[in-house]
Amino acid sequence: MSARRPYIRPMARWYLRDPFFIEYMAHEGTAVFVWLFALELLAGLVCLALGEAAWNGFLAWLDWLPAQIANGLVLLMLLYHGITWFLILPRTIPPVRIGHARLPGWVLSAAGMMAMIAASAVLATGAWLLARGGL
Amino acid sequence: MKPQTKTVAVLRYRPEQDKEPFWQDYEVPFAEDTSVLAALNYIKDELDGTLSFRWSCRQAICGSCGLMIGGKPRLACKTFLRDFEGKVTVEALAHFPIERDLVVVMDDFIAKLERVKPWLMPREERAPEDGEYRQTPQEMSLYEQFAGCINCGLCYAACPQVGLNPNFLGPGAIALLHRYNLDSRDGGSEERMKLISAELGVFNCTAVGYCSAVCPKIVDPANAVNVNKMNSARDYFFRFLPRPAPKGGCQ
Repeated sequence: MSARRPYIRPMARWYLRDPFFIEYMAHEGTAVFVWLFALELLAGLVCLALGEAAWNGFLAWLDWLPAQIANGLVLLMLLYHGITWFLILPRTIPPVRIGHARLPGWVLSAAGMMAMIAASAVLATGAWLLARGGL
Repeated sequence: MKPQTKTVAVLRYRPEQDKEPFWQDYEVPFAEDTSVLAALNYIKDELDGTLSFRWSCRQAICGSCGLMIGGKPRLACKTFLRDFEGKVTVEALAHFPIERDLVVVMDDFIAKLERVKPWLMPREERAPEDGEYRQTPQEMSLYEQFAGCINCGLCYAACPQVGLNPNFLGPGAIALLHRYNLDSRDGGSEERMKLISAELGVFNCTAVGYCSAVCPKIVDPANAVNVNKMNSARDYFFRFLPRPAPKGGCQ
């Protein structure tokens, strides 16, 4: 009779085992805040469609201090989500080559983050111009 | 002068007498260049001959001495006692069943490596007189990184999805599969892509990315897995479009 009795270790609370897993859970968890922000945007759109009173109600919500604090928190979480998303980008896309040279991962991450900052700046400038009534 | 010593805590498991693994401490003398593998050999030779572990080359190429050292998947020959404050913990590779002490059961891992058909499958066989299958340095550079895998299993110990679902094909086997699919001399991509797109293929991966972080040969298995998610999606959504001519040593 074989004395073999392979032991399988449990996986309970695996996400707390290594700082790498804790960070992974944190950056994946911030996706919930992306969803919350999308819900808020959707609510704004529905209010806009419902008419002036509903829209003013939505604006009042945005002016309410607790909502502003919550939106500030959402913004921080979105920033963390965006940065970590670009950090892992080189692992998830095919290698980028210029000629025969392969671009290092940090260049891809940096380019992605620059694009994110540029797109945010364009969007913020557009919103600011709209708010002050055009150019 | 008395040499410096360090406590090495080893997770022991002797199936014939232990119900479950337990930690055992050993005091090991060490110098600047004492690797964890050297420490284990010291324990085996001088302190406790019953300790079991695998090793061979001592130079990070045979892939035998993968262990959880300080809680992380590492090669014992490439990890040094000097880099640890206080006690060093040494445990069998995570997500593999423990056969005995630091020895794990690798049968399933080896079966996965075999399943991806890790050999060149030319689309048309050539007779020796037809000459070799030629390849340019540029064509080789596409897969070279993935050919560096030493089958040490660290990426499986780093992947929580392997731990949660042992049937997942896993990072190492997919990196090996990707290596052959990228090879201009190979014509077996279509056959291997069935494994990629299957239920136990790439879509089990949740992009933790730890597999690539721990890889001692900088293979980047996470990239192989995630690029193949795109390849699989491309094969599904664009299956009605004309495909480029298959590669495979027929030029």
